[in-house]
Amino acid sequence: MSRKKDLRQTIQKSSVPLMFVLICAVCIPISGLSPSYLANEVVTRMGRNAFLILSLLIPIMAGMGLNFGMTLGAMAGEIALILVCDWQIVGIPGMVLAMILSVPVSVLLGIFCGKILNMAKGREMITSYIISYFINGIYQLVVLYLMGSVIPIKHTSIKLPRGYGIRNTVSLLSMRQKLDNLIPLKIAGIKIPVATFLVVALLCLIIVWFRRTKLGQDMRAVGQDMEVARDAGIKVERTRIISIVISTVLAGIGMIIYLQNMGNIATYSSHSQIGMFCIAALLVGGASVDKASIGNVFLGIILFHTMFIVAPKAGAVITGDSMIGEYFRVFVSYAVITVALIMYETNKRRNKNRAGKQLETEQNGEGGAS
Amino acid sequence: MTFMERLKEAVESFGLPRLIITGFLILLLIAAPIVGADLPTQISNIINRFSWNGILVLAMVPMVHSGCGLNFGLPLGIISGLLGATISIEMGFTGGLSFVMAILIATPFALIFGGLYGWLLNKIKGGEMMIATYVGFSSVSLMCMMWLLLPYHSPNMVWGMAGKGLRTTISLEGYYLEVLSKFLQINIGNLSIPTGAILFFAVLAFGIWAFLHTKTGTAMTAVGSNPTFAKAAGINVDKIRLISVIMSTWLAAIGILVYEQGFGFIQLYMAPFYMALPAVSAILIGGASVNKATIMNVIIGTILFQGIVTMTPTVMNNMIHMDMSEVIRIIASNGMILYALTRKTEGSK
Repeated sequence: MSRKKDLRQTIQKSSVPLMFVLICAVCIPISGLSPSYLANEVVTRMGRNAFLILSLLIPIMAGMGLNFGMTLGAMAGEIALILVCDWQIVGIPGMVLAMILSVPVSVLLGIFCGKILNMAKGREMITSYIISYFINGIYQLVVLYLMGSVIPIKHTSIKLPRGYGIRNTVSLLSMRQKLDNLIPLKIAGIKIPVATFLVVALLCLIIVWFRRTKLGQDMRAVGQDMEVARDAGIKVERTRIISIVISTVLAGIGMIIYLQNMGNIATYSSHSQIGMFCIAALLVGGASVDKASIGNVFLGIILFHTMFIVAPKAGAVITGDSMIGEYFRVFVSYAVITVALIMYETNKRRNKNRAGKQLETEQNGEGGAS
Repeated sequence: MTFMERLKEAVESFGLPRLIITGFLILLLIAAPIVGADLPTQISNIINRFSWNGILVLAMVPMVHSGCGLNFGLPLGIISGLLGATISIEMGFTGGLSFVMAILIATPFALIFGGLYGWLLNKIKGGEMMIATYVGFSSVSLMCMMWLLLPYHSPNMVWGMAGKGLRTTISLEGYYLEVLSKFLQINIGNLSIPTGAILFFAVLAFGIWAFLHTKTGTAMTAVGSNPTFAKAAGINVDKIRLISVIMSTWLAAIGILVYEQGFGFIQLYMAPFYMALPAVSAILIGGASVNKATIMNVIIGTILFQGIVTMTPTVMNNMIHMDMSEVIRIIASNGMILYALTRKTEGSK
């Protein structure tokens, strides 16, 4: 009986990944893409996105849900890259400098975000989502008006012709895939960005280690129950802010890795969708709003990005219109997030009801005894 | 001293961000003639835009009243309206009749979508706003595919080359372009008032106001302010919430049709995507909170929000030859939403 229940629960839990396996299994043959091309693309995207998606894990641990505010870190990373680009520091040193530069910006934004989220407990997700829009406004103010007029920008190649503001795209040719190609390796025609994977692996280790530290344990306690954690002497507010700051800093570094792979910055749009795609990928990997592991990240990237690559082609073959596939993958990304959010809320309510019923039966039992 | 205290109290109840925004708009209105912008034109712009957007903002009211929070799922209602508009044109209606038909056709869609949406929101009490946002997004992206796939044939709407798939923007020339705005329009020099559109808004706003004073309406307010108490008083909480969501969705459908008649185009595909945020911030600027909103909030909020949207580009451009209006709009509107979300509200959980 209980075994049957367990099986049902596991299937229910992994229903999203299973659905994606199904979608991929149907779409791959239809799309007609060669396996080696597909493998190449998935490996590239793994290197590109893994770091960014890993940055989502810590706020989930602290019970703050999906951090839609990771966009803040992405913006910090972009600002750092633009500056480094203007100073013409190239290659790996440029990347490292950009990462170092992004940290103080990320920390500031993270503290801001954390403080506001502490004022909006219970609706962290919608608030962090609006924060990302709000900061996007500030980002535009800085990049479009202050850079070149207040913040010195020397090179006309990245400045708008009017004399201030940054162009729509900033070329990162000097940094393009420098990290990916640092240790060149090809297996069976598949290019593997070894150095990027090493960085990602290091971050995974750090996350595993972090979970065992005092701070990590505190975060989990806060995530379980804020009041109990407070009674246990944990500074709840501070812990929550730290978790957001860490996430923002990691997102900033992740964005720099992402952009070095892309080879250029779309100044006003690179960051806008990044949060949504990262969150969708994590959820596809079987994570939920209150539980996510490193395994979810990698499974999610493989499944989500396979779908992402094959959907337009498959859509074009089936309907004769490539736009259908494009819209389809956007729809799937949103739908996955929607379903995950709904599942999380219904589960939360069910658990609450169950706890209430349990209490009721216990009380009834007591009443009967006396 | 007492005056200062009273002033302080007034500021507190009015809210600092709201005060800043009102002050900013007044400043713009004063600056406009100085920098050489024509004030009557500006004012008729504001009135015009008010008449386009008023009903979309009004669509927030029922859901806020029943405690469902801010209706970030507005795009769902907008889609019902778009379906009504396109089907009405497809069926060959023209002129004013096409507007009436669009409303009639949009209504059943709004009822069905609103019903499903309301049912869903009843399942996930407490997390409405986030899920509403994503329900809106998913439905918009689903409809992106549908606009391409549904069998539309009217040559005024589909792509010329392929002969199928709707265009991204469809002109309303010959259909219901300005049917409301031109009705009883008053023109005094550069000042023009779209009487018809404002009357239409007034009728709907009065309808909502009257509804909120009926038995069901009072029950809705009760559910919003204290669901436990409402339940104890024998009100069917889920049913009332469902009604409010359906009303909001229907108002959004009508709202987009009114917007289109003023704007002159039907915008499809990704256009409804970000339509919720301006409406949400407008009602908040007008003095609403996450669980409290009145018709007055709608009117004041829409005027203030649209005032800033229309005035900043002209004034800024004339003053410093630099168009920062977009950035100011983003910061002001999202800042307002953030402010509202961080207020402590009772009965929100």
